[in-house]
Amino acid sequence: MKPFDYRRAESPSDATDAGARIIAGGTNLLDLMKLEIERPDTLIDINRLDLKAIEETEEGGLRIGALVTNSDCAADPRIRRDYGVLARAILAGASGQLRNKATTGGNLCQRTRCGYFYDTAMPCNKRDPGSGCQAKDGFNRIHAVLGASEACIATYPGDMAVAMTALDATVEIESKGGETRIVPVADFHRLPGDTPERDNVLDPGDLITAVTLPPPPGGVHLYRKVRDRASYAFALVSVAAVVTIADGRFERVALAFGGLAHKPWRDPRVEELLTGEEPGPALFDEAAEMLLADAEGHGHNDFKIPLAWRTLRAVLTEASERGDTA
Amino acid sequence: MTNSLTMDTPAERRRLDEMHQGLVGEPLDRPDGPLKVSGRATYAHEWNLEDTAYGVLVRATIAKGKAAIANRAEIEAMDGVLTVLTDNRFLRNPAQGTAGEAPVQSGLDVEYFGQPVALVVAETFEQARHAAQAVIFDGEAEADVPFDPEAVDPEEQEDETVDQGDLDAAMREAAHSIDAVYRTAGHAAAAMEPHCSIASWDGDELTLRGSYQMLKYNVAELADALGIDEDKVRILSPFVGGGFGSKLGISPEAVSAAIAAKALGRPVVVNMARQQVFDAILRRSETRQHVRLAADEDGRLTGIGHEALVSNAPGEEFAEPVTQSTHFLYAGESRKLGLSIARIHRTPAGSVRAPGEAVGMPVLECAMDELAEAAAIDPVELRKRNIPERHPEEDIPFSSRKYVEALDEGARRFGWDKRNRHPGGLVEGEWLIGHGMAGASRVNMLNAAEARVTLSADGHATVETDMTDIGTGTYAILSQVAGEMLGLPIDKVETKLGDSSFPKGPGSGGSWGASSSGSAVFLACEEIRKAICERLDCEESDLTLKDGTATAGNRSLPLADLLGGDDLVGEGKIEPGKTGEECAQATYGAYFCEVAVNRYTGETRVRRMTGVFGAGRILNRKTATSQCLGGITWGIGMALTEELVHDPRDGHIVNRDLAEYHVPVNLDVPQIDIVLLDERDDAASPIQAKGIGELGLCGAAGAVANAIYNATGIRVRNFPITLDKLIGELPGS
Ligand SMILES: Cc1cc2nc3c(=O)[nH]c(=O)nc-3n(C[C@H](O)[C@H](O)[C@H](O)COP(=O)(O)OP(=O)(O)OC[C@H]3O[C@@H](n4cnc5c(N)ncnc54)[C@H](O)[C@@H]3O)c2cc1C
Ligand code: SF4
Repeated sequence: MKPFDYRRAESPSDATDAGARIIAGGTNLLDLMKLEIERPDTLIDINRLDLKAIEETEEGGLRIGALVTNSDCAADPRIRRDYGVLARAILAGASGQLRNKATTGGNLCQRTRCGYFYDTAMPCNKRDPGSGCQAKDGFNRIHAVLGASEACIATYPGDMAVAMTALDATVEIESKGGETRIVPVADFHRLPGDTPERDNVLDPGDLITAVTLPPPPGGVHLYRKVRDRASYAFALVSVAAVVTIADGRFERVALAFGGLAHKPWRDPRVEELLTGEEPGPALFDEAAEMLLADAEGHGHNDFKIPLAWRTLRAVLTEASERGDTA
Repeated sequence: MTNSLTMDTPAERRRLDEMHQGLVGEPLDRPDGPLKVSGRATYAHEWNLEDTAYGVLVRATIAKGKAAIANRAEIEAMDGVLTVLTDNRFLRNPAQGTAGEAPVQSGLDVEYFGQPVALVVAETFEQARHAAQAVIFDGEAEADVPFDPEAVDPEEQEDETVDQGDLDAAMREAAHSIDAVYRTAGHAAAAMEPHCSIASWDGDELTLRGSYQMLKYNVAELADALGIDEDKVRILSPFVGGGFGSKLGISPEAVSAAIAAKALGRPVVVNMARQQVFDAILRRSETRQHVRLAADEDGRLTGIGHEALVSNAPGEEFAEPVTQSTHFLYAGESRKLGLSIARIHRTPAGSVRAPGEAVGMPVLECAMDELAEAAAIDPVELRKRNIPERHPEEDIPFSSRKYVEALDEGARRFGWDKRNRHPGGLVEGEWLIGHGMAGASRVNMLNAAEARVTLSADGHATVETDMTDIGTGTYAILSQVAGEMLGLPIDKVETKLGDSSFPKGPGSGGSWGASSSGSAVFLACEEIRKAICERLDCEESDLTLKDGTATAGNRSLPLADLLGGDDLVGEGKIEPGKTGEECAQATYGAYFCEVAVNRYTGETRVRRMTGVFGAGRILNRKTATSQCLGGITWGIGMALTEELVHDPRDGHIVNRDLAEYHVPVNLDVPQIDIVLLDERDDAASPIQAKGIGELGLCGAAGAVANAIYNATGIRVRNFPITLDKLIGELPGS
């Protein structure tokens, strides 16, 4: 770990003005610092900021402060009642101890689990721009099949943001100078392109202050996470689904996918295809085919394409078996 | 007063059964348990010696060649740095179990990616780690280095080869035959406590506080590596946070800590990070196994073939003994067994829990499952039909063998008669349900062991041996044996372990720890009993010791009175002898398993498992059961999740932490029903005990794999059975 300065922010502007590395729960950042994958000169600790509440918005949604822990968020009765997909996604991630420390803002910003990113002896465009991507011809079982680039095929590893993407949630970001902007979670993470070192749209000094959920969408909420062991592993493929069925037809469908790309993946065309249709195996296959038409494996991760297909089929089957929910 | 016994003839008496204290076999708690859960057990890293400096190992980042530090002056100038050491005595890799001499010492000559080649020592751990991360090597890397075990010409291990009868002919003439190639992945021991050593010198005498399994060998290995006399080395290892074979031999951190401590004239601690443990501690080799089974119409084996390919680094003698139990478990006139070793430049391989059977037995037991199906015979019945009278290759008898009992008892408890009989045919919602079974077998070994028991004037006893407790229960069982023999309640007996200045124990490895060191304690206690008889002027057979009181004939008196202020000291020494050669000794068992496989995603969940084991006399039912639970958990890991992944270009381990090397977590492991059969093996040891530490995994993965086949109709011959190996063939593909 490189020696660093440590400061505590007493106000959001302390955090943004410093332009320094923010530390919240530290469950991801500290690991990366120990391995010198992250080498900040200054850490600014935001844990004293007043960002720990879940409040109701005027629109009838919820505003989740950036410092609300994953445990608290998943246990909140309003989240559990109205946004089941989010509670389930959070609880499918990490472990009880980690979720007690992990925060909403930090979770959004967690970095990829690519093994070559984690090994500083390896070339990696994300860690060391321009050095190359060792995963492409290496071991890439956990890597992306959608939206990857020549420069990087890493995935975003998180669960929470996948559910938030399906829920049309937005991220509230405060920048240097106090300006605030709102970015949909779906647009918060980037595709790697030729700048894979940038995971998301945050600029230095940007502080996530909250994530806002729109009014409860109703419907069936499912989060299906497929992984290599029953718990405590990152998703190979995950599907967040918020689905309403009326009169035997899909009335509203929101689907987001984890484990497939450098960001939670949402494809509006697939949702359009399903909306208004009668659920059935042929339709599900059509949807999966559309979703995965451009999917490309890199060897070890080829299986993610049929796995995503089958998982989508399982989720849509389960949703439709729950019957009319409108 | 040393009571020595060489195990040349089976025990004639079952002395422990004649005792009266009633401790042996009881499911007593481990005396070290409360210390461990309350943080009072001092592990290797936790000795706070004054003025300790911190060392961090630096790895080579080439697979083969010569490393040279390019920026030594820069590193030495960093904050807090005391020295940057390279030394020809540094170990390339840990010593193999029971080596008793230094492993390859290669200094800056690199033979695998991740090899520790330098040590940076600083005032604080953080300074040392940061400086170690800044080291740049500019050595010469060699090209065309082999990494793939299946792409090189392997060396045959002559002494593992058996070629009996004519297997090819047996296969041709067989009514039913199986000819299949299986593969198993490499494994990490993944002990919770990473390897750590603190070295401190007093003149020319070295004390090493480390986490080691076999002190008598480790002292010799460390002394040899440093070029000093063994009597100048003391190792302390009272608590070990898991070993599983990974701490059998002295490892790089110990030697580098000793060299640094000598150079700096102060204690030096070297703790390996998790990633370094993956990089530089011996792994279990991956295997390729060619199995052939030839059987007649009734499923009676006429031939067995089991030929394995494993790997290791150049210069390492160890070769995963894959076919170890295949030699004797099943009959079959024609036999062809072999072991070849590929020399490659990956992290060197060594003993990981149950070397050989851990990966060989599941494969043999999967092949037996294939044969049962081909011959349309109940898999349990097929095994029973093929249990040989005598060792099929050596023509010697077996010692006590509870294989049939384990199969029958397991089948009964599991409800095997209600199993699914149509592969792929039992569906519960999204899940395909299947049942499978496998046999368990592990060779039994005894190792030379010494122990000292002191019965103090106040009537309590102390056991001393350099034997270790790696979480297995040694502290508990040795106290139980001594308390039983001396008629003392358990709280009057203390066991002291893990100090190389104590009498030399067998070390924790090869499952021999409990039976060997238990026998040494038993023999030492016999010596004390003799001395008591002298004082009572009675025959040994007339002596009853119970609850601190000695009784002979119509006389009875408290031990403290009998001792009259004296301590009685007994030493015991056991050595393996002819019973190890004149009969085939092994432990046996059977596993029964129910799995559910998701028909969409291919995820497998083990729903329940039964394991029945026969391992001679059980010294403590609780700790023995825990060993079996742990073993089966390992089997689940091997079947479903565990796999070391090597980069194809430089051989380095890609998944070098516990987030990506997947050991099973709680949710992967269902309730497991363990049964320990009542057994005495007189040929195994004077206490009739055999080894149990490894038996629990010697076939377990096979039961899971067979259940997956039964659930899905898909036979995956490549462990671990991750979902990607199933989804291509599941319904709806
Ligand atoms: C063993 C292990 C297993 C895990 N498994 C899973 C899993 O299965 N699923 C899953 O989703 N996650 C998993 N995680 C990741 C875990 O969810 C994240 O580590 C955690 O959510 C990060 O939150 P934190 O508050 O600790 O972030 P920190 O480590 O404090 O910060 C992470 C990053 O976010 C930035 N940051 C933090 N807060 C803000 C803010 N308010 N504004 C701007 N930037 C900010 C930091 O600068 C840093 O770059 C796992 C982690 C571990 C260690
Ligand atoms: S996939 Fe991305 S993170 Fe992984 S090695 Fe390539 S560039 Fe680095």
